[in-house]
Amino acid sequence: QDVAQKYPEGRLLMLNYDPPVRSPQVIEAEQRSSKRWELTPEGQEIVQEGSHEARVFDSIPAEGLPQSELMKLPSGKVGFSKAMSNKWVRLDKNADGGPRIFRAVESVRDSVREKLQLVQQGEAESLEEKDRNELKKRKLLMEVVIKTYWIRKGSAFSTTVTKQETDLTPEMIASGSWRDLKFKAYNFAALGIMPESGHLHPLLKVRTQFRQIFLEMGFTEMPTNNFIESSFWNFDALFQPQQHPARDQHDTFFLQDPAEATDFPMDYLKRVKKIHSQGGYGSQGYKYDWKLAEARKNILRTHTTAVSARMLYRLAQQEKFAPAKYFSIDRVFRNETLDATHLAEFHQIEGVVADYGLTLGDLMGTLREFFTKLGISQLRFKPAYNPYTEPSMEVFSYHQGLQKWVEVGNSGVFRPEMLLPMGLPEGVSVIAWGLSLER
Amino acid sequence: MPTVSVKQELLFQALGRRYTDEEFDELCFEFGLELDEITSEKDIISKEQGDGKAEGASDIILYKIDVPANRYDLLCLEGLVRGLQVFKERIKAPRYKRIMPANGDVQRLIITEETAQVRPHAVAAVLRNITFSKDRYDSFIDLQEKLHQNICRKRALVAIGTHDLDTISGPFTYTARPPSEIRFKPLNQSKEYTASEILDLYRTDSQLKHYLHIIENKPLYPVIYDSNGVVLSMPPIINGDHTKISINTRNVFVECTATDITKAKIVLDILVTMFSEYCEKQFIVEAAEVTYLNGKTCIYPILTLMSCFSETPSSLAKLLTRMCLKSHVTGNGNNIEIEIPPTRADIIHACDIIEDAAIAYGYNNIQMTIPKTYTIANQFPLNKLTELLRQDLAAAGFTEALTFALCSQEDIADKLGVDICSTKAVHIANPKTAEFQVARTSLLPGLLKTIAANKKMPLPLKLFEISDIVVKDSTKDVGARNQRNLCAIYYNKNPGFEFIHGLLDRVMQLLSVPPSKESGYLIKAAEDSAFFPGRCAEILAKGQSIGKLGVLHPDVITKFELTMPCSALEIKIEPFL
Repeated sequence: QDVAQKYPEGRLLMLNYDPPVRSPQVIEAEQRSSKRWELTPEGQEIVQEGSHEARVFDSIPAEGLPQSELMKLPSGKVGFSKAMSNKWVRLDKNADGGPRIFRAVESVRDSVREKLQLVQQGEAESLEEKDRNELKKRKLLMEVVIKTYWIRKGSAFSTTVTKQETDLTPEMIASGSWRDLKFKAYNFAALGIMPESGHLHPLLKVRTQFRQIFLEMGFTEMPTNNFIESSFWNFDALFQPQQHPARDQHDTFFLQDPAEATDFPMDYLKRVKKIHSQGGYGSQGYKYDWKLAEARKNILRTHTTAVSARMLYRLAQQEKFAPAKYFSIDRVFRNETLDATHLAEFHQIEGVVADYGLTLGDLMGTLREFFTKLGISQLRFKPAYNPYTEPSMEVFSYHQGLQKWVEVGNSGVFRPEMLLPMGLPEGVSVIAWGLSLER
Repeated sequence: MPTVSVKQELLFQALGRRYTDEEFDELCFEFGLELDEITSEKDIISKEQGDGKAEGASDIILYKIDVPANRYDLLCLEGLVRGLQVFKERIKAPRYKRIMPANGDVQRLIITEETAQVRPHAVAAVLRNITFSKDRYDSFIDLQEKLHQNICRKRALVAIGTHDLDTISGPFTYTARPPSEIRFKPLNQSKEYTASEILDLYRTDSQLKHYLHIIENKPLYPVIYDSNGVVLSMPPIINGDHTKISINTRNVFVECTATDITKAKIVLDILVTMFSEYCEKQFIVEAAEVTYLNGKTCIYPILTLMSCFSETPSSLAKLLTRMCLKSHVTGNGNNIEIEIPPTRADIIHACDIIEDAAIAYGYNNIQMTIPKTYTIANQFPLNKLTELLRQDLAAAGFTEALTFALCSQEDIADKLGVDICSTKAVHIANPKTAEFQVARTSLLPGLLKTIAANKKMPLPLKLFEISDIVVKDSTKDVGARNQRNLCAIYYNKNPGFEFIHGLLDRVMQLLSVPPSKESGYLIKAAEDSAFFPGRCAEILAKGQSIGKLGVLHPDVITKFELTMPCSALEIKIEPFL
């Protein structure tokens, strides 16, 4: 404090936080603060003249003073109420000439003035806290905070002020002047400048991951670049009957143009017709009138299983059967109204294995490996129903965040009514599973 | 999945024990059901209409259970309970029998030839000496409604009518008459109406209005009479009031009229097997004789029982018996004979039986194995190329977008200054909104709409997408094909044509296509209504035009609700495979 008075510029410097001076190597500054009690201007006035209530007391003569007169005095209003509460004066409401104030006691002691005098003399500590707060309330006292800086010489103290460099320049390197220069401290707490980069779409990044998983498991990618599909491949070839609700107007997008598909492998189509309407291959069939016109209707595919059907048919046409593992991840379409959990277009992921003697246990084992690669290891299987698989299983996984089991996929063994008309050998089973990318 | 609502109390009573919610959920999981919701009538009304209306509604706890779509026998409390009890081996699966009436007086239903034009088939049966209670009656009505909604395809394929047999006398005639000639008092009405009047009467009924179209425009409407001319019903609309069933009804005549005979038989089987439980002679159904137009006679219900063989020992037989498929070992101990009850219309092949055996065994008890199938994986070349290009376009500073393949006609035609017919676009017949009228023939509208939705983002906006468009193609079996396009746009205070041009150069560099006329690519000035005149070019490579690039026309910019200049590039990448 004394130093501050002696060197007012120094005070300004500290306050303005001038880097060359404040930087830690040059000087070390430690901030401390202290509190002090001081009199307000009103408090000072009281020390000189006495408290309001004392002055009121003094101004009342023996015969009393009309209240109206008293109120005209400088300390009248404030002092009167205080004097009354101290019981130094009394009020006679029924006196002649109006309310009149009389002294109630012989003499008084101006304790307020005394206390303020103590503070003025620097002995505020001798007062009780209760008193100090009281006086503070009456705005006679105030608490003052004083900030002090204790200054010491820093490790790099010098009496000359040097400018600091921000960056290295080619000239400094060439001339070697960097050795003699001081460099500003770098603020590691702030963020840097983000590089100007492009970005891949988050959903498609997940798609890339799934592709990777399938390839690691030996699955070959199917050509799924055909959004338009005929009802034949999307439904009939999969043994989904023509009166099935999913083939309804409100679940499937039908095409106006081109409305119908024109080309089919006719031998195969005949076998599909037979198995739907009459049965065969050990099955009763659905026993209804199968119509070609219905199968020709073009739609936006409702699942990529339609492509799997095409691939399995192609596989069956080969001379000798070779086992196969296929996968696809591509867009499918459902005629839904959009809301928070429903899209009209989304991506389906599908995996298919065709080989002799595959079992339900094989399907479950494959699913376990697949989901483990995704980081999902707790799985449970539940009986379900699909028109084209039997047995069918829904796959559930335990979600830590939601603390419950949620469905993560659907799976099953393709029905013989679907595989045998294609011409696949009898002992061949095909297991398959699917899930949605968006989920 | 269809949902069945059952009272928790009734369910537990029938099952013979109480379950906690978790225990019941677990049981459902094993069996293949899903306990969708635990609620009460009060809760339902509260949710739909607000708490006020729910005052005084029932507090009884209801279980809403999802059942598989092909299990019509699980659509009612009776069927659910029977299935679960047999699964848990608490009761033996019932054997359903059809008998002729003791006194030989079988009920007859005669089908006349007029029905052939409108609703040709019918089947019938009798539930003799049945005892209803309020709950059983409600369940009986509910099952009919569920069957109507599911397998009957909203009564279009099959319609069920149930009648108090004691109020009518056979033989019954199923025929079709002109609407003006049909006259009767419909269920719960107070006076008689003609058929046309009935259709008008129910035009505003929230339930029945959906079925009117099935017969409305036909010259003749189906109708069933008894021997005294009393109308039993006018399928598929409404029954007559005369024959209505009450809790006190003792004998029920069930008829199903249909356009699909197979489904009619299934529906009849389900209804009578489920409720024959409450007949004096349990699980016995009385036959009815149906005489067809051509004199052919069938006795219904069929109560299909099939047998089939499988080669595994007695434990398998035990498992199947738990699924209501009564089985026993035969022959030399290697075969089992399985009886398929009429309640299981879903069993059409041995694989259906295999699934039931697996469910009884418990899916989660099956040992997991890995198939020994050894295969070398191959990528689909077009997708491989796409993946490589995506990475490099992002490295070039562009951000990937993912947009819808379906859009409105304006998006690919008017907004780009062309006529819709010239786009060779594929049109959708039944879009729910105008946003899904056509499949896109260009990726550009999607990207422009993406920018329009992100105007608050800092400029420049640089987007790309590599994805399929759809075009008509008569050489394909379905008449259309997909085409893999690459599209990029640059949106900023200046059009930045040189950036888009630079991107094209970079893509060509990645594809190893040099900028030369003979063996590489070449850019030629061109005109296109979507681009600014003088700032549009065509790209030629591999002997064809592979796309265009340029500054977008201000009309296009404003039509997509954008404000800044924009340049774009769109090419097909399949030629580069």
